[in-house]
Amino acid sequence: MNQLLKKYPEEINRILSRYPIDRKQAAVMPLLHLAQGEAGFVSRTALQEIAEITGVSATEVASVVGFYTLFHDAPEGKIRMQVCTDLACDLRGAREYLTGLCDQLGVKPGETTEDGLITIEEVKCLAACDKAPLFQAQLGDEVEYHENQTAARTVDWLRSMSAAINGTPLKTVKQEEVNPDEGGSHE
Amino acid sequence: MSELILLRHRDIAGLNQLKTYIANGGFETWKKVVTSRKPEEVLNDVKASGLRGRGGAGFPTGVKWSFLPNNIWPHYVVANSDESEPGTFKDRELLEFNPYQFIEGLMLTSYAVQANDAYIYFRGEFSQIAKKFEERLAELTAKGYLGDALFGTKYSLRIHTHLGAGAYICGEETALLESIEGRLGQPRLRPPFPAVAGLFDKPTVINNVETLANIPYIMEKGVDAFRKNGTEKSPGTKIFSLSGRVKKPGNYELPLGTTFRELIYKYGEGIINDAQIKAIMPAGASSTLITATDAVLDTPMDYEATTALGSPLGSASVMILDETTNISHVINETTHFFSHESCGKCTPCREGTFWMRHISDRIESGKGKKEDIDLLKSVAGQMQNKCFCALGEFSTMAVVSGIQHFRADFEARLES
Repeated sequence: MNQLLKKYPEEINRILSRYPIDRKQAAVMPLLHLAQGEAGFVSRTALQEIAEITGVSATEVASVVGFYTLFHDAPEGKIRMQVCTDLACDLRGAREYLTGLCDQLGVKPGETTEDGLITIEEVKCLAACDKAPLFQAQLGDEVEYHENQTAARTVDWLRSMSAAINGTPLKTVKQEEVNPDEGGSHE
Repeated sequence: MSELILLRHRDIAGLNQLKTYIANGGFETWKKVVTSRKPEEVLNDVKASGLRGRGGAGFPTGVKWSFLPNNIWPHYVVANSDESEPGTFKDRELLEFNPYQFIEGLMLTSYAVQANDAYIYFRGEFSQIAKKFEERLAELTAKGYLGDALFGTKYSLRIHTHLGAGAYICGEETALLESIEGRLGQPRLRPPFPAVAGLFDKPTVINNVETLANIPYIMEKGVDAFRKNGTEKSPGTKIFSLSGRVKKPGNYELPLGTTFRELIYKYGEGIINDAQIKAIMPAGASSTLITATDAVLDTPMDYEATTALGSPLGSASVMILDETTNISHVINETTHFFSHESCGKCTPCREGTFWMRHISDRIESGKGKKEDIDLLKSVAGQMQNKCFCALGEFSTMAVVSGIQHFRADFEARLES
């Protein structure tokens, strides 16, 4: 049984209706977004199901996942933080910002924090060059921009996200287990 | 600053709300055109306006539309909202704050070429914007601005969204079409051109967001009003995305033909810490590096004059480098960008961007030898005029001009 089709029959019909009836392959990317929104990544089962719905081979669907950087084939941090370090952002200090942030979280770009909360990635232009340093946060199918950042400002946001998502304080390298209620030592 | 046509939302609060847009005359032109003007009249007006594509190539918009054959149907219109050139952030502002003007432009364009289905291709990073657009399009359909038999005529129009997933190459129009069709975003061989065999092999117009946002103004106020701004060959206003080492980066809508000096020193308020300006990249990462001499600063920013400096105006993403910027570092950034974004289809680009990045990395890490500078330049030179699409060609521009004009910056990085 095709679980994706079973769970989202209306949504899938709506997606297919956007394209000519003999061009179902066009639905591959919207369906991948749908599957990724559900699980945070595209599983092998989802690949197979999308191949079935669109009538293309699972290999072709997998190649699409591999080609586009926002599709993921493995689960990673609950929050994917993507920091732009392209030239325009770099000219406004994005690289120093990324290094500072990674140092505090004790990870390198591309890695996930031990508690599985955050994956930090270095990405290409996010079309907000006048508001660098910035990152975008991918949470399931949601993407939000955080502009004009400093490492301290971002860590503050991560503290609140850690409390909201994991119900535990954020672990940082410099300040182990700081409880935000215990008097904002980061200020 | 001159009259704001595209960034009108800065003068009118809430213009991204449908009722505010309508209260300010929104969609009146749309209704008038569908009910009382012929498609070829719209095409002729846009041709006469001299509007040129704002996505980078600067090709006359009306002429592009006129290439669609009238014996192959259906026709499609695709809005290119894949803005991803490093240094470009103008379409995002339009999509967020003045979305209906863009949508109305897309509608008018669809009517001009008699397309009944249009697509908006959003880059994957704009997923929240795309979601909002789905709501907006549903509301417009419910209110009778989109859908079947519009305003009692025989004309029907549906607009669909399609979300990318992170690939710079999809800004190239044939790669974008591949991406809509559910494949890897790799460019197509031309001919056939999209105007003849584009989306789903049918005649297709592909226009940039900013280009489309100009259409309602041309159709409402007329060709002469549009031509009042800008120059004879580059009429109209343009959004300049100013970034890099300036005090006040941002989007500035100015008449085409405004000088670099005015943009950088008047609107951008000059260089950070009042440092000396060093070079300008007028078309983002795809630019040639232009040494910022007085003559360059006094050059008008239009399609011809900028090209005469050795770099296309592109989408007018003007990136500023100052005396604190080492050009070898700049090249390291651009080579990393292009090797990451090369789609892998053609060998000169796939291999060339890879090796340029490696040689640039070696120089930047202090392990480079003198001959590496010439090797880097030679790899770039070997790629030129051999790549399948513009991405590969553009990847060489900053490398060649950077070494040509700023060799000392590279030498300073070499193994001592």
